[in-house]
Amino acid sequence: MDAEAIRLTTPLTDEDVSRLRMGDRVLLDGILYGARDAAHKRLVELIEKGGKLPFDLAGQVIYYVGPTPPKPGQVIGSAGPTTATRMDKYAPVLMAKGLKGTIGKGGPRSKEMREAMMVYRSIYFLTTGGASALIARHFRRSEVVAYADLGPEALFRFEVEDFPAIVVNDIYGGDLFEEGIRRYAR
Amino acid sequence: MREIHCDQITAAVAKLCVEANYFLGADVVQALEGALKRENSPVGREILKQLIENADIARAEQVPLCQDTGFTVVLVELGQDVRIVGGSLVDAINEGVRQGYQEGFLRYSIVGDPLLRKNTGDNTPACIHVEVLPGEVFKLTVMAKGAGCENMSALKMLKPSDGIEGVKGFVMKVIKEGGGNPCPPIIVGVGIGGTFELAAYLSKKALLRRPLGSHHPEPTVASLEEELLRAINESGLGPMGLGGRTTALAVHLETYSCHIASLPVAVNIDCHSHRFKQIWL
Repeated sequence: MDAEAIRLTTPLTDEDVSRLRMGDRVLLDGILYGARDAAHKRLVELIEKGGKLPFDLAGQVIYYVGPTPPKPGQVIGSAGPTTATRMDKYAPVLMAKGLKGTIGKGGPRSKEMREAMMVYRSIYFLTTGGASALIARHFRRSEVVAYADLGPEALFRFEVEDFPAIVVNDIYGGDLFEEGIRRYAR
Repeated sequence: MREIHCDQITAAVAKLCVEANYFLGADVVQALEGALKRENSPVGREILKQLIENADIARAEQVPLCQDTGFTVVLVELGQDVRIVGGSLVDAINEGVRQGYQEGFLRYSIVGDPLLRKNTGDNTPACIHVEVLPGEVFKLTVMAKGAGCENMSALKMLKPSDGIEGVKGFVMKVIKEGGGNPCPPIIVGVGIGGTFELAAYLSKKALLRRPLGSHHPEPTVASLEEELLRAINESGLGPMGLGGRTTALAVHLETYSCHIASLPVAVNIDCHSHRFKQIWL
């Protein structure tokens, strides 16, 4: 897989996202922010009230994750993706503030979300749901940056290396879920 | 009359919570390996390989297979000649969950109130079912039920005139609407008959059949299981919904008598991280 994978360093630029196509395998290095349902709700409420966000969204990638607690000596516990479609209601608001990618599992994402990804030039990457012990090996750092009271639903900042993912939605309207069914349904 | 102390129950539940989350059953690993042999989508093959490797890592390093360490579903099969001593059965089970999730570094995924949504901070309460049986048996089943797949489950009260075709149609509708969300390859538990709540319970119990992919003793039900498995795998959803031949690893059906006016059907989906352990005390 590594030979054909595209290496990307986050934060992402418009140029980075413009060369990605549905079905591309990527390896991500750099910063990911971790947030799921409850943190998304707070971020979006904050934006609606005109408040200052705990981090600058420009070029960033959010990983939909609520990890298990680390065992002694671990950087992070098991850290696979959660279902992305639950964040469809919130993600376009964050994309309007510069969010360049989301990583999760599941889909297809809502029609509104898919349209917003084209408008704001943002990618949906899938990483394998339930491969959480394997994915955890790609984390070099993990810290809570806000909303610690939410426990596993806090806002995290991670440093990752060779984080494996697949481009599901590109900025041109490509959707690997639709393509997959078209190719394999009998 | 046989006596079982609450402390024994607590210790057993704690141990099963951890083991369910770290050690994928040999039958599930075999099913994934079998699926890898048949899968022809390159992305699907890559995903199946990752899942097999993930199970190896979780076992070797004793870490959770998935970060969603689940709602703890506990089934107690309780002989009527057994007396629980030393406290309450429900408290003993919840204490086991509390200890297991803390000692096993498992995630706390339960909110105390569905509307207020504040995390209880110890993964309690468990979802507890008790079935009373003859004799002195005491069997515990502890399942770590992930929410991604639970959320894609559904129930419908069909009309008797809808018949077997109606049942098949509803199961396929639920699978197709779930898409990639429940983390295919999935295990499909179907409860047919009973009342509204019994159909749902049967669908959960269907997931607990062992070994994975074994068939119902009734031939007509067994052939319906085979037919549904084939249809689900021909849907093309594939691993993670990205296309392929492996959408489900198994379909298990359980049935019960029902009212002349009813045909309840419940579909409970479990992900490939099919985690439950059992013990007889």
